[in-house]
Amino acid sequence: MRLIDYANPTRFLSLSAALLPWIVGVTVVLFAVGFYLVFFVAPADYQQGETVKIMYIHVPFSWLSMFCYMTMAASALGTLVWRHPLADVSAKCAAPIGAAFTFLALATGSLWGKPMWGTWWVWDARLTSVLVLFIMYLGLIALQETIEDPARAAKAGAILTLVGVVNIPIIKFSVDWWNTLHQPSSVFRAGGSTIATSMLVPLLVMAVAFTFLFLVFHLMAMRNEILRRRIRAMRMIEAAGVE
Amino acid sequence: MSALTSLFVREMRLATRVGGGALMGALFFLIVVTVVPFGVGPDLNLLARIGPAILWIGALLATLLSLDRLFQADRDDGGLDLVLMGETPLELVVLVKCLAHWTATGLPLVIASPLLAIFMNMEPVAIGATTLTLLVGTPALTFVGAIGAALTVSLRRGGLLLAILVLPLTVPVMIFGVSAATAAVQEPVPFATPFTILAALGLFAMVLGPIAGAAALRHAGD
Repeated sequence: MRLIDYANPTRFLSLSAALLPWIVGVTVVLFAVGFYLVFFVAPADYQQGETVKIMYIHVPFSWLSMFCYMTMAASALGTLVWRHPLADVSAKCAAPIGAAFTFLALATGSLWGKPMWGTWWVWDARLTSVLVLFIMYLGLIALQETIEDPARAAKAGAILTLVGVVNIPIIKFSVDWWNTLHQPSSVFRAGGSTIATSMLVPLLVMAVAFTFLFLVFHLMAMRNEILRRRIRAMRMIEAAGVE
Repeated sequence: MSALTSLFVREMRLATRVGGGALMGALFFLIVVTVVPFGVGPDLNLLARIGPAILWIGALLATLLSLDRLFQADRDDGGLDLVLMGETPLELVVLVKCLAHWTATGLPLVIASPLLAIFMNMEPVAIGATTLTLLVGTPALTFVGAIGAALTVSLRRGGLLLAILVLPLTVPVMIFGVSAATAAVQEPVPFATPFTILAALGLFAMVLGPIAGAAALRHAGD
């Protein structure tokens, strides 16, 4: 089966309908295990106390804010290069989810920053570049909402998404390039992770759980968008018939 | 005369004649800079310190404001379709249009900036540095802005959306432009480091802007 075989929306709808209950089940189990590990197994930090638990939702949100953008960038390539009919549905549906995750990453980071750094917000490279990412998500949504024709909106959005990809490495490496208040990368780094295993395991479980949550939202949103487009097409056919 | 040269001449003529509004950007720039002391108060030391930032923000807003007509006028009169069907590569057409647009609206901003810097009570070194960063940085703003102008070409009121789309992308240019301008005055920081990065961003935008802009224009048609 090649990727293009899933281009048929009807086949996609039936396949996703079959898969969704399983993915939802996996997500629920992962969250149950994840929250158990976070609240009952993971130790409190010797400096930060219990506030360190914010990390287990803050870090997955931040990872997913970038992951979601990369999903959109891949979909944008699919739209422009292969003209895959589901790619623009995927890109359009990922944008609001990405915006929500980015907002939650900023909000949880802010809540964590107040007790730890003593301030809600600093104009630090990592924080600023994530804020720019959030604004770009909103800009993409605004562009999609402004152009009426879905095909043209998809192409315009795809070009803007690809141009905005420049921001992703800046976010990823901002903590290494500039000397920032935000701590440098501690999980994925050369020379191994510097985070204790007792905290790393719950963090990774939560990250996988949130990724599955993204998958659930994304599939559901794509199904809705396909149905919405069908309704639009049916209405237009009906309007043409009445004439 | 080659097609691209005549396009440049045409753009310049359109910009400088009645209805072109080439100097409107410079006038807006003057007003933005004039409004700031009313907002923050006429403290000359404060103005000298934030002067480079004010000039940069003013130049950014003035550039954005003039960009929405970059391709729209051509689309309205059908010229864009001719260009799309012509043999000249669309990327080069966008590049030349950007260069002409910058010469008509960006260059006056650069020329006006030393005068406005005096209003801001800036030192001669800071004035020179800010003008130089604007000279290198405003083309980058035009090229990045061309992407937004091409994306919103078919929209009736695309001006505000254009600003929303383009402003996040101009943040790096802004950061290095202002930091180079302030580095010239503050001792320990070297001027050359942020300035060369600013120049690199300008060259990068010069490649990215026409390619992405041309892609957007091609898709706006169908």
